[in-house]
Amino acid sequence: MRYLPLTPSDRQAMLGVIGAKSIDDLFADVPAEAQLDGPIHGLPNHASEMAVERHFSNLARQNMTASHTPFFLGAGAYKHHVPASVDHIIQRGEFLTAYTPYQPEIAQGTLQMLFEFQTQVARLFGCDVANASMYDGSTACWEAIGMAGRITKRSKAVLSSGLHPHYVSVAKTMAQYTGDTLDTASPELSPATDSVRLLNAIDRETSCVVVQYPDILGRIEDVSAIAAKAHEHGALLIAVVTEPVALGVIKAPGDMGADIVVGEGQSLGVGLQFGGPYVGLFACKEKFVRQMPGRLCGETVDAEGKRGFVLTLSTREQHIRREKATSNICTNSGLCALAFSIHLTLLGEKGLRGLAELNHGLAVQAADRLSQIAGVEVVNDTFFNEFTLKLPKEARPIVRALADRKVLGGVSLGRLYPDVDALANGLVVAVTEAATMEDVETFAAALQEVLA
Amino acid sequence: MSTINQSGWKPEMGSAGEAGPATYTGNKALMLEEALIFEIGTTGTTGVDLTDAPKVTPRLGNLARNRDIGLPGLSEPETVRHYTRLSRQNYAIDLGFFPLGSCTMKHNPRLNEKVARMEGFADVHPLQPVETVQGALAVINELAVWLIKLTGMHGVAMTPKAGAHGELCGILAIKAALEARGDPRSVILVPESAHGTNPATAAFAGYAVENIPATSEGRVDLAALKARLGPDVAGVMITNPNTCGLFERDMKAISDAVHAAGGYVYCDGANFNAIVGRVRPGDLGIDAMHINLHKTFSTPHGGGGPGSGPVVLSEALAPFGPLPFTERHADGRYTLVEEDTASARHPHSFGRMVAFHGQMGMFTRALSYIMSHGSDGLRQVAEDAVLNANYILRSLEDVLEAPFAHSGPCMHEALFSDNGMAEGFSTLDIAKGLIDEGYHPMTVYFPLVVHGAMLIEPTETESKATLDQFIGAMRSVVQRAKAGDPMLKSAPHHAPRRRLDETQAARKPVLVWREPEQAVAAE
Repeated sequence: MRYLPLTPSDRQAMLGVIGAKSIDDLFADVPAEAQLDGPIHGLPNHASEMAVERHFSNLARQNMTASHTPFFLGAGAYKHHVPASVDHIIQRGEFLTAYTPYQPEIAQGTLQMLFEFQTQVARLFGCDVANASMYDGSTACWEAIGMAGRITKRSKAVLSSGLHPHYVSVAKTMAQYTGDTLDTASPELSPATDSVRLLNAIDRETSCVVVQYPDILGRIEDVSAIAAKAHEHGALLIAVVTEPVALGVIKAPGDMGADIVVGEGQSLGVGLQFGGPYVGLFACKEKFVRQMPGRLCGETVDAEGKRGFVLTLSTREQHIRREKATSNICTNSGLCALAFSIHLTLLGEKGLRGLAELNHGLAVQAADRLSQIAGVEVVNDTFFNEFTLKLPKEARPIVRALADRKVLGGVSLGRLYPDVDALANGLVVAVTEAATMEDVETFAAALQEVLA
Repeated sequence: MSTINQSGWKPEMGSAGEAGPATYTGNKALMLEEALIFEIGTTGTTGVDLTDAPKVTPRLGNLARNRDIGLPGLSEPETVRHYTRLSRQNYAIDLGFFPLGSCTMKHNPRLNEKVARMEGFADVHPLQPVETVQGALAVINELAVWLIKLTGMHGVAMTPKAGAHGELCGILAIKAALEARGDPRSVILVPESAHGTNPATAAFAGYAVENIPATSEGRVDLAALKARLGPDVAGVMITNPNTCGLFERDMKAISDAVHAAGGYVYCDGANFNAIVGRVRPGDLGIDAMHINLHKTFSTPHGGGGPGSGPVVLSEALAPFGPLPFTERHADGRYTLVEEDTASARHPHSFGRMVAFHGQMGMFTRALSYIMSHGSDGLRQVAEDAVLNANYILRSLEDVLEAPFAHSGPCMHEALFSDNGMAEGFSTLDIAKGLIDEGYHPMTVYFPLVVHGAMLIEPTETESKATLDQFIGAMRSVVQRAKAGDPMLKSAPHHAPRRRLDETQAARKPVLVWREPEQAVAAE
């Protein structure tokens, strides 16, 4: 077996040193009735590298890939071009095959990268501090709600109807067990968000209000008034960003008063990957730092006075605090955080702004083109690179019919909200720099055809 | 015992310990200092060429950004050099032996990286119509079948993002099952030697956590456990093999007792590498167990993630597992059971744990690893992992106290204490001394049940020559700790940094970079 270096004579020699007659002696603590006497029935034996590769090639071919077809899906995962150098760097063994930096003297590469990542995320979100990443946006969102509960010592969270429905589902799952109550609603196909509902729901029991920016339908709205009302009532504002590229052209949530800003960082560096692994972003005001979940990297000096970095404030964490920890999180998403950070370093402020303007410009053009189709209406007044169409028919079968024509034409709201009939005709369309105007034309023509 | 130095370096070649003259740059030949991107980049620099945006009337409402973000950019060559320089300040499995106990730092095959990057997996969106992602769903399903068969369990929840997330999945399934039968309970029992994530997870799910004592042999005290069981105990969380590197001999009896008292058994599967292919947890009465794909099944740790923690479930708990999951139909088609079909297909689910469908990129890697080994190879994995650990245990027990070695062989990792060192010398010094010897240290000060614990997990992908050299280095460092060598107290001497001041980092946290003048103003 190509990954196992021990030879039969090594094994014999080592058994001799140990003083064991056979390998079975080393498993003597396992009761005989629990031991298998041979390979498990119904599972194949080892395979060559070529055979394994062939198996995966065959399966990969059965999938319709985003780069080889007009592609307009978003709803929390976006197709952006990732520069080749990003994937090259993250495959360096020193990053790829390192562990969590518990021994900082020989992990300064990872630690400095995390310090840079934390600074980039904090600045992008308009916050003071950020952590070293979470699993993904949905779990970061739930952890933020939990953190707001710890800070305010209250348990009612008010969730915007524009929050990604999977994020709402994750919060609902967790809330059943933690005793938190969630005030939720389904979105409506209208240009306005439900900010009036949110303002009315804030009271002295409220721990936090959670808004998504841009929201699940692509709408963007100033959240300053919600922040102000929340703060008046001793509650926090949590903003969720599932498309960080948007922040190249629109205000950061922290600048509008958000106390905690979390997000999905997949857009930068990570790629679509059928939903994971992604990278959760988590930033907040400095005064809340000791209530944050997850790993934090901090600056310090070594015994010779040289600048260096370490994991810090670990007294919040499970390996020290055990049942009193701020979160049970241990592993985060380090390599995806690296990919995010490299991509953002390549872009820089200038590149991020240019990329965001390009996305927005293409999306505006696409919205204008698609709205020319008879019976098709653009719901949004405002959007960044994603908007919602109201079709004259149920959208879910339309998406399948488009796929039959080799067009991946957005995410139907019927898939995301199967129980809400009023949303069945909604189609969320994302347009990034990866789409060309020819793609938009192909999409428009196919949509017209399947609607006819 | 005598050990041979395999490196080719001979003591008479002289010591590399002298600092040498200071350099203008602060660099030491291949050891290169690297500034932060905020110190070398500018907001006007970009390493990406973009086409110009079309001229349109913006639809951003009144939210157009009105101030700079402060994100420095670097050109592509500068970017590649920045991160390449940083990478060289990291230790990694690719560089050498990384015996971090309980973390299973085994070789990460590059075939796995290659298949995960195939466009058909890397470039597909999670919400594409299922008809367009049949190959991706097949990967998830094939891996699920392997995990179920390898563990002898009934079902598997594939979506948890890491081990601790998997623990939460298992505990929520237990809670849902108890609530479904109208018998909510309040206590989870956890051994003292457990990973910190276990009590943190149980507490997060709203349970009171109580410790189970251990025997002097380092195993769960069955009698004490039985005495504590009762109508308030929802379940136990047991790590098996445990964090002392020992198999819980009484596991089946523990499961039977917990079940008889109406509770469920969670097994922390972090150490599954020791028994894969030789023991099926399902045969031991386990109800739920997470599998760290980034440990047993070799997906890269990436400097702290991403991981993946699928949870295998017993027949009793499977109906309560999370959404979504894949289904294979008689005609070979795959579908996803999501919210729309859950009420018909999976009505008792406790809900969704993540957006989308889990760590696809880790599923492809793990399946590639599993298929490469096959059923026969995986059994050999467990055997070689256990053989390597016992070789280290028996080769070091004459110089280091091995508190549980007398009770028999260890499994995948060898546990030592720091008793017997010179006054003022401890595990930390031995760890830092190993850094100078070119190793990543073992896990230190865990498990908490042993004084100055040193937990060494070699894994099966290390050769005998590597182990022999490590044993020699470890014996040398331990002798220095016993002799009270002051140079060891100040180790490491040859790493990119000397010991770092963690107290200062925590007392006055600096978590983001600020312009120097800002930093001064803040003081």
